[in-house]
Amino acid sequence: MNLTASRVKFGQSVKRQEDGRFLRGKGRYVDDMILPGQLYAAFVRSPMAHARITGIDADHAASMPGVERVLTARDLVAAGLPPLPCGWAITSRDGTPMKVGVRHALALDKVRYVGEPVALVVARTQAQAKDAAEAVIVDYDDLPAMVDVLDAMAEGAGLIHDEIDANCAFDWEIGDAAATEAAFAGAAHRIALTLRNNRLVPNAIEPRAINAGWDGSSEELTVYMTHQNPIGMRMFYAAAFGLAAEHKLRMVSPDVGGGFGSKAHNYPEEVAVTFAAKLVDGPVKWTADRSEAFLTDAHGRDHLTDVELALDGQGRFLALRVDTRANVGAYLSSSGSLVPTYMYATMLSGQYAIPAIHARVRAIYSSTCPVDAYRGAGRPEAAYVIERIVDVAARELGINPAEIRRRNFIREFPYQTPVVYQYDSGDYEKSLDAALELAHYAGFAGRRAESERHGKLRGIGLAAYVEACGIGPSAKLAKLGSGAGMWESAEVRVHPIGTVEVLTGAHSHGQGHATTFAQVVSDRFGIPIENVSVIQGDTARVQAGTGTYGSRASVGMSATLRACDRIIDKGKRIAAHLMGVDYDAVEFDDGLFSSKDSNVTIAFAEMAYAAHAAASFPTDEIEPGLVATSFFDPPEFTYPAGVYVCEVEIDPDTGTVEVASFCAADDFGNVANPMIVEGQVHGGVTQGIGQALWENALYDADTGQLMSASFMDYGMPRAQGVPDYKLVFSGVPSPSNPLGMKGCGEAGAIGAPPAIINAVCNALDVRHVDMPATPEKIWRLCRQGKAG
Amino acid sequence: MYDFTYRRPADLAEARAILAGDEGAQPLSGGQTLIPVLRARLAMPAVLVDLTALDELKGIAAEGGRILIPAATTHAEVAASGTVREHCRALAALAGGIGDPQVRHRGTIGGSVANNDPAACYPSACLALDAEIRTDRRRIAAPDFFSGMFQTVLEPGEIVTAVSFPACRGAHYEKFPNPASRFALIAVFAARLAGETRLAVTGGGTGVFRWHEGERAADGNGDLSEAALDEGRFTGDLHASVEYRMHLTRVMAQRALAKIH
Amino acid sequence: MATISLEVNGKARTLDLPDNTLLIHALRDHLRLTGAHMGCDTSQCGACTVHVDGMAMKSCAMLAVQADGRRVTTVEGLASDDAPLHPMQQAFHDNHGLQCGFCTPGMVMIGLDIARRHARPDPSTVRAELEGNLCRCTGYQNIVAAIVDGAGRMETRP
Repeated sequence: MNLTASRVKFGQSVKRQEDGRFLRGKGRYVDDMILPGQLYAAFVRSPMAHARITGIDADHAASMPGVERVLTARDLVAAGLPPLPCGWAITSRDGTPMKVGVRHALALDKVRYVGEPVALVVARTQAQAKDAAEAVIVDYDDLPAMVDVLDAMAEGAGLIHDEIDANCAFDWEIGDAAATEAAFAGAAHRIALTLRNNRLVPNAIEPRAINAGWDGSSEELTVYMTHQNPIGMRMFYAAAFGLAAEHKLRMVSPDVGGGFGSKAHNYPEEVAVTFAAKLVDGPVKWTADRSEAFLTDAHGRDHLTDVELALDGQGRFLALRVDTRANVGAYLSSSGSLVPTYMYATMLSGQYAIPAIHARVRAIYSSTCPVDAYRGAGRPEAAYVIERIVDVAARELGINPAEIRRRNFIREFPYQTPVVYQYDSGDYEKSLDAALELAHYAGFAGRRAESERHGKLRGIGLAAYVEACGIGPSAKLAKLGSGAGMWESAEVRVHPIGTVEVLTGAHSHGQGHATTFAQVVSDRFGIPIENVSVIQGDTARVQAGTGTYGSRASVGMSATLRACDRIIDKGKRIAAHLMGVDYDAVEFDDGLFSSKDSNVTIAFAEMAYAAHAAASFPTDEIEPGLVATSFFDPPEFTYPAGVYVCEVEIDPDTGTVEVASFCAADDFGNVANPMIVEGQVHGGVTQGIGQALWENALYDADTGQLMSASFMDYGMPRAQGVPDYKLVFSGVPSPSNPLGMKGCGEAGAIGAPPAIINAVCNALDVRHVDMPATPEKIWRLCRQGKAG
Repeated sequence: MYDFTYRRPADLAEARAILAGDEGAQPLSGGQTLIPVLRARLAMPAVLVDLTALDELKGIAAEGGRILIPAATTHAEVAASGTVREHCRALAALAGGIGDPQVRHRGTIGGSVANNDPAACYPSACLALDAEIRTDRRRIAAPDFFSGMFQTVLEPGEIVTAVSFPACRGAHYEKFPNPASRFALIAVFAARLAGETRLAVTGGGTGVFRWHEGERAADGNGDLSEAALDEGRFTGDLHASVEYRMHLTRVMAQRALAKIH
Repeated sequence: MATISLEVNGKARTLDLPDNTLLIHALRDHLRLTGAHMGCDTSQCGACTVHVDGMAMKSCAMLAVQADGRRVTTVEGLASDDAPLHPMQQAFHDNHGLQCGFCTPGMVMIGLDIARRHARPDPSTVRAELEGNLCRCTGYQNIVAAIVDGAGRMETRP
């Protein structure tokens, strides 16, 4: 067997190591597990959007066959289980702390969104649990629903949380209001736009699932949960809820079937199930069905924004003013305060040198599912605001959309924006040129004429995005309100025969960590990738970490690289003894320790054996074994950026928008595995197209019912509605981590929505159309155009 | 799902007997609608009588210039049938566009017409082509069969056994799919039968219907844009307003007609 | 309760289960074949796709009792653990046609069904045929490429 054939490099399109078991149907997801003595949970959920609970009668349900326990909020409160925390403290303009509505794992006195859990039934079978849940009688005193921010902000609107005035969680600002005002006063042009960023349902295809129980043999509370950050959840469950001491709580996230942020949060259902599992004799399992996912998985986006751009006579940006009302839903979810503030308003400079920026963000409670991070999390909202207003400015000033962007690009790095972030590196013009070339931008007029001949309207749209990833520098994050460090850890264990385990606190839910992390090791150690296992997602094996979200795998891969370097350093010290040369004279390259002062060479596997045999070096000076750990805390964020060009073709008779082509030029810095990165962009762009054209979490204004609560009514992207994407990577390495990576997971979902809507507006020759650009909406615009 | 008893009768007579003997018994065909309904706990049949295995409900046949499609014939079988393609290509195409491949492998024509979903495909073909719905006790002309959304004239325990269509080579089915469910947001089955144009509309919201004014316009100057269309046939929802559905009806009808030669 | 006999992945199996058991639950909970997944309640995501008598069907929209006497193939039946991947599975691997893996068994099974019905499907045919299978990770591009590739490999397989 030729082992060297499978030595791989960082940066190669290595086929995924984890594919085989998934393809053979041997992936292991939480719902696949049935534990001995398995019990099942079902929730009683609020059918009302906003109501007082006047009584709960669970007596009959509790007596039904197989029922082990029925829990309500009273039981949780009596046991001292605290409410769910919001993990990020935001301070309002007036200096007051944000107002957090109390959220118990089961609703206590009031329900505030349709689907909110009110009671929990544990029974011997799932059917028994569901039967009993149907038999729990809850009396409600109906209150008015407020699903739109404007309704919740209206004079005299009812209060979602009785103690929180005007339904306002915080009224926050960033940037320099006076400088912005001054720039507007002297501007040649002021362009204004009001837009909505539509509410989305994440819809990972694997629904949320948990299986929790006390393990008598290990004397641990063991929680299997599909989650992007199991180690963080262990800390939450121990520190915030006291469900068990941290060292007596094992949290396991096996394979995770997609997350997109929605599995990075702390949800009431999982807390309630874990609490219940401690009261009954057997592990308790709950798997959300899709209806529950629609109603209760934290939604994304939902902003209403007024934006104004000031320009000089040459089309140069002078200032940007933004006023956003973020609908945070009924409660502030885990990162519900972070997403519309430091994930959003800090990105409003886009790729442009804008001397003055001011943004005001009001977070408004409503009788809807809480909103939290969903692929991009704040950054798509920012890119949409800036890329729409820039396009409108180009249109109104008669400047080509590519030209107006080119004229305003940031060209020198690092660049300090007026809104906190300092961009690390980039070459925005290079991405623009690459995207325009890929899209044959110059030939658009011909294609438009061809479409016209077939009675179709063709439009082209550009979007330039930048985002902050690689989260993150812990001290900086703490200053912005974070309650937790966001470094990542890696432990690299070399076995005596030279195989390697990497233990990481990052946790793949589709990103291919088992391959990319192994690539770092294979490359650094010069060993076959098959000899490397990546261990993730189990606190019994991995002690420390903060999970995978926000395109931050680069942090864990950097920790892995550092741990590898520590292994090599120890190897060099051992090699010096084995070779009889100075430490400084030992080199390690291509899997081999060598020295110019010796003709002895030591292969990596030989070193692994030597380190464990401990026969050839003084163990009082060098300890045996070959294990190293790194906690990598990046000095700065990374700033992936790119330019997307898309063409749409519209059928004016039906309003159907077809994405005719989509080209992306992304700067992700160095990439670990181009094949995997392309896959990430494909997926992200598709979610972005979904937002722009079909997806919409629509609540009925009167009843507060979620109208688009199943795949029958929520327009998911399907294979037939999206094109083949053309991609090019034009990487400028990031200085913020040793691998030069920037991150790629969210880019597509950030850049695609404005690119699509800009193309739609271009096709229709209109100023703006809100997402999603549904056929009826477009048909109406076409008809107006004809009439006008 | 609530509890129920599953029965697989050996022949139609046994199926009839079970259905006649138990008010809570309900026929189960391909189940592509019924089983999701049961999963959602929206129905509580005591007994499900599986009709899919009955030989009497299988086997497409041409008979006297008509095609007889027995009730348990799947959409995939209709789509692939040489007989259907030869006699009415549009019907095969319609069947080949219902749902998705997995649904077409199980869903049946009998189940579809008996369910009469207001956004289903088959009812429009039945109406446009003057199909005859055959049951275990009678033959019903399509216009008499569909009586409203999710409603037919089927009596309790009555079993659809087949649908008989006339041969029609001048027909086309034009569907505008709902972007989410992919059911028809509006679809029109257009046919030229005995020298006359037939237009049947599904997806409007209140149930399948013939658009007689459109037919007359088609047989007149061919322009449907001004033909009267009864607003009462349509309902609005989160996907489309009444006005848009009415507009799509004209567009789909016009496009369907353009494809009939 | 019902007793059913069926062939699953080439093996004769007899199961006692309640009449209202879905085929997917029989496979996952009774036979512990957990490759087919449940991703929705409305039979639209296709993660549960298996073959019954050689045809792709949604095992969440079929009762286990309806599979009595029939031949069921799940993704686990395509290649044993120590055997090389089936050409369609291999094509998914080679084309990076999967990310989180949750929709993957359904995609592979519908891919095989597409290959059965279209000798050399082109990408637009494959996209149309994926009407009943949702993926939230891949954007479909590599799934389409994998199925086109896999179908080609199956045709040329000796």
